[in-house]
Amino acid sequence: MAKQHVSFNLNGKQVDALVEPRELLVHTIRETLSLTGTHIGCESSHCGACTVDLDGKSVKSCTVLSMQADGSELKTVEGLADAEGLHAVQQAFIQEHGLQCGFCTPGMLIRAYRFLQENPNPTEEEIRWGMSGNLCRCTGYQNIVKAVQTAAQTLQQA
Amino acid sequence: MEQTAEVQDREDSLKGVGCSRKRKEDARFVQGTGRYTDDFKFPGMLFADMVRSPYAHARIKSINKEKALALPGVHAVLTADDLKPLNLHWMPTLAGDVQAVLADEKVHFQYQEVAVVIADDRYIAADAIELVEVEYEELEVLVDAHRAMDSDAPVLREDLVGKMDGAHSKRVHDNHIFNWQAGDKEATDRVFEQAEVTVKQDMYYPRVHPCPMETCGCVASFDKINEHLTVHITSQAPHVVRTVVSMLSGIPESKIRIISPDIGGGFGNKVGIYPGYVVSIVASIVLGVPVKWVEDRMENISTTAFARDYHMTGEIAADKEGRIKALRVNVLADHGAFDACADPSKFPAGLMHICTGSYDVPVAHLNVDGVYTNKAPGGVAYRCSFRVTEAVYVIERTMDVLAQKLGIDKAELRRRNFVKVEQFPYKTCLGWELDSGDYHTALEKVLNAVDYDALRKEQQEKRAQGELMGIGLCTFTEIVGAGPSRNCDILGVGMFDSAEIRVHPTGSVMARMGTITQGQGHQTTYAQIIASELGISSDEISIEEGDTDTAPYGLGTYGSRSTPVGGAATAVAARKIRAKAQKIAAHLLEVSENDLEWEVDRFKVKGVPGQEKTMKEVAWAAYNNVPEGMEPGLEAVDYYDPPNFTYPFGIYLCVLDIDKRTGETTVRRFYALDDCGTRINPMIIEGQIHGGLTEGFAVAMGQEMPFDEQGNLLGNTLMDYFVPTFVETPHWETDYTVTPSPHHPLGAKGVAESPHVGSIPCFTSAIVDAFAHLDVTHMDMPHSAWRVWQKVHELGLDTPA
Ligand code: FES
Ligand code: FES
Repeated sequence: MAKQHVSFNLNGKQVDALVEPRELLVHTIRETLSLTGTHIGCESSHCGACTVDLDGKSVKSCTVLSMQADGSELKTVEGLADAEGLHAVQQAFIQEHGLQCGFCTPGMLIRAYRFLQENPNPTEEEIRWGMSGNLCRCTGYQNIVKAVQTAAQTLQQA
Repeated sequence: MEQTAEVQDREDSLKGVGCSRKRKEDARFVQGTGRYTDDFKFPGMLFADMVRSPYAHARIKSINKEKALALPGVHAVLTADDLKPLNLHWMPTLAGDVQAVLADEKVHFQYQEVAVVIADDRYIAADAIELVEVEYEELEVLVDAHRAMDSDAPVLREDLVGKMDGAHSKRVHDNHIFNWQAGDKEATDRVFEQAEVTVKQDMYYPRVHPCPMETCGCVASFDKINEHLTVHITSQAPHVVRTVVSMLSGIPESKIRIISPDIGGGFGNKVGIYPGYVVSIVASIVLGVPVKWVEDRMENISTTAFARDYHMTGEIAADKEGRIKALRVNVLADHGAFDACADPSKFPAGLMHICTGSYDVPVAHLNVDGVYTNKAPGGVAYRCSFRVTEAVYVIERTMDVLAQKLGIDKAELRRRNFVKVEQFPYKTCLGWELDSGDYHTALEKVLNAVDYDALRKEQQEKRAQGELMGIGLCTFTEIVGAGPSRNCDILGVGMFDSAEIRVHPTGSVMARMGTITQGQGHQTTYAQIIASELGISSDEISIEEGDTDTAPYGLGTYGSRSTPVGGAATAVAARKIRAKAQKIAAHLLEVSENDLEWEVDRFKVKGVPGQEKTMKEVAWAAYNNVPEGMEPGLEAVDYYDPPNFTYPFGIYLCVLDIDKRTGETTVRRFYALDDCGTRINPMIIEGQIHGGLTEGFAVAMGQEMPFDEQGNLLGNTLMDYFVPTFVETPHWETDYTVTPSPHHPLGAKGVAESPHVGSIPCFTSAIVDAFAHLDVTHMDMPHSAWRVWQKVHELGLDTPA
C-alpha cells in the first residue's frame, strides 16, 4: 500500500515521515526516526515500555497507528532532558536506584513525567495506581515509587 | 586523630567496596541512549520471522513456500530441508541432547519453529509467514509427565528410538531422558523404616517463564569478503555462544565476534542458544547481508527457556523432637521435547542435591527421572542457580509439614535442625561443603524484628473470629557461583571466569570481564572492587563486558556467579597489579619491597613518615621507570577457578491475610534478611533483593504455563501470564547479617537470586499457614485468588456460619 505522509512535533522539532497506513507509531519512532529509547516489550499494550507522551497524554505507542499521530505533539524519553541538564524525573531515578536493566526505564520516565503533571503531590498509593500501566521485571517497583516521590518534591520546589 | 580522618577521607573518595555508589550505567539509560539488540540497524539489514506449529505433536506432510516467496520483499524461506546440507537442521543442546533448529519431519511442541522467512522488514516478514503453507498430520500428544513412561505412551523422539544410552544414564523408556541419583539410598531407606516419625508430601512446581522485559533476539552480520561473522545478541554468555557458533559453523573463533550489548533483563531466559539465533546466522551467511531476528512476547513465553516443571515428593524421617534423621526426595522432571536444560554438564537436574537445605541431615537420597513431553525445551535457572529453587522449595515445604505433624512451631523446628555456626565449613551428606553461615543469629534477628510471638497471638485471635491469616517462614541456603571446574563445565569448558585490568600511565583504569551485566550494575560494582584493591577512585575506572573481541573468555552471568567468580577474578587480577606496583614503588623509594606498607591508595615506607608513593605515581613510573629486568606496563589478567561454590542464606518471613469471599491475598508484611557475606554495594544489593522478591511473588502467586490435553499453551501473553504491576507488588522490608565466605578473596557471595529462591516457599508457607488449623499441609502454586478461593470453598469457609 502506498505510503502516507505524516508530520508531527517530536521533542520540540517538526518532523516528517512516510509511513505505511498500518504502521505502528513505535516502529516509526524507532526505525524511521531512529530514536531507539522507546522500547518494545509486548506489542499488546500490557508492558508500557513503549510509552510516549502524545498531546499531553501517556500512550502506548505500540497500539497507536503512526497516522493517528499526524499533527500531534509528541515527546519521547530523548526529549526529557534540556540544555540545563537532566529532567527531575531522570535525576530522581538515578538518585533512588529506580532502574536496573533500564529496559522499562524510558517508558517509566515518560509516564512519571506526565503523571506528576496530572498529580503533582501524589501519595504512594496514587503513584502505584498512576504508574500501573508500566511493568518492570527488575526493580520490584519500590525504588521507582521513591524516585517518583523524590521527583515530585524537586518539581514542587522548583 | 587528624591523620585518621585524612585517611578516611581518602578511602571514602575511592568509592570502593561497601559504598552505595550511584550507578555508572544509569546516565545512558535514563536518556534513552542505552543500546539493546533491537536498537542495532545496519545497511541492507533484513528481518527474520518464524513459521510456527499450531500443533504440539504432528508429522509435517508438506511445506509450500511458493506464495510466500512470491510476496515482494521476501528474500528467502528456509526449512529443515534447506539446513540439512549444512548439517544445521539439528543442534546440540547444553544438556547432551540434540534439538531441532527447524522441525525435521515432525513437530514436538506447539509454536515449534517450522520455517523461517527472511524479508525486507518485520511487516513483510509477518505477512509472509502467513503465506507459508504447512500440511500437518496430528499425532497423539503427551502433556502429562506422569504418563510419559507408560507402555502405551506415544513415542516423542523418533530420532532416539533404540538409543538407550542417554547422555547421563541408561534410558528405560523411549520418553525417558535420564535417571540421576545422589546420596545413599539403602542407608536412607533403613532410617525411614525405623524412624519415630515420618512425613511425606507431594508437590508440583509449575512450569513458569522468566519473562524479562526485553525478549530474545540477535542481528547476525556475515562479511563475505573477510569471512567474518559479527552477532549482536541478547546473551548472558557471549563467549559460550562464540564457541558453539564456531563448532556448528566451522568458522574459526578468531573470525567470530559476539557482542552482548545492553540487555533488558535475563533471569535465565538468555542463557540458551535458540533456533532464531542459528537461522539468522545461517541466513546472513547465505544472503551476505545482516539479518535481524527479535521474538515477540508470545514467542518468548512459548518457546525460549521455560523453568521448573518439577513433580516432587519430599520425605523426612525424624525423632519425636523433630530432629531430622533422613531425607528422601523423588522428582519427576518434565524437560519438554528436547533436553535443553542449561545446567553444568555433569548435573542433569542441576544442583538439586542441595536439597538438604540449611539443616544438619545425617543421610539423604535424591532420585530424579527426566522425561520428554510435548512442550517447549528449556529448563533454565529462572533467577536461580541451577534448580536450587526447586531444591529449596522441596525441603522448606517438607519441613513445614513435619512441624505441623509434630505440633512444633516451624521456627523452633528449624532452630533444632540448623547447621550450627561451629559446624562450618559443613559437609552435607549429598556432597556439598557449605562454606559459612550463622543461621541461628539470623533467625532470631528476624523473629525479633517482626515480633513473631505477637504475630502468632494475633493469628490465634483471628482464627477464633474465623479469619484467615498466614505466617510464612523460609530459612534457606543457596548454592551460587558455579563453579569449581572439577565438577562444573559447560560443553567441556570449565566454569571459571575472568578479568583483565589495565592501569593507564595517568592512573585511570580499563577493565574487562568474561561476565555480562543484564541490570546487575557490573559497571558500577566491579569498579568498586578495583578501587579498593588499587586505591584508584572508581570514577576513574571503566568496565567493559560482552564483546568477545575484547573481553577475556568467561562463562557469563547467571546462577549468581558474577560476584563469586568474576568478582573474585577481578580482585585477584587487581592484587597481581598491586604486587607489581609494590616492586615499582620500592624501586622508586629505594627501599626493599618488604619495607613498604599499603595504605588506601599508596605505599608507605614503614616508620618513615612522608616517604610514600601513590598508586598514580607508580602507574606513571610503570611506563618509564621500572626496576631493571621488569617489563614495563601495569596490567594483569586472572582466570579464576573457584575452590568451592558460595552459600548465601536468608531468613524470610511473610504475613498475609486472605479474603474468604474472593480468595484474594494481601501481603501485609514481608521481611527478608539476607546474608551474602561482604557487601560490595548495599544500594545495588537492596535493589536486587527487591527485584528477586517481586519475581518470587510472581511465581508463587500467579505464574504458570498451563497446557490443555492437546498441548496448547493457555496463557502466553502478558494478559494471561502474571507479571505483577506496581499495584499488586508488596512493600519489601530488607535486613542483613554478614558472614563472609572464607574462600572468596573478598568474602563475598552471590545475592541476586536468593530473594527469588527464598521467597517462593515463604509465600506458600504463609498461604498454607492460613489454613493450617484446618489440617491443610500443602497447597500447590500458583496461589492465585481463584485457586485459594477453591480451597476456601472446599473447606466450607465461605458460607456464613
Ligand atoms: S510494547 Fe507497547 S505496551 Fe508493551
Ligand atoms: S529496570 Fe529492567 S525491566 Fe525495569
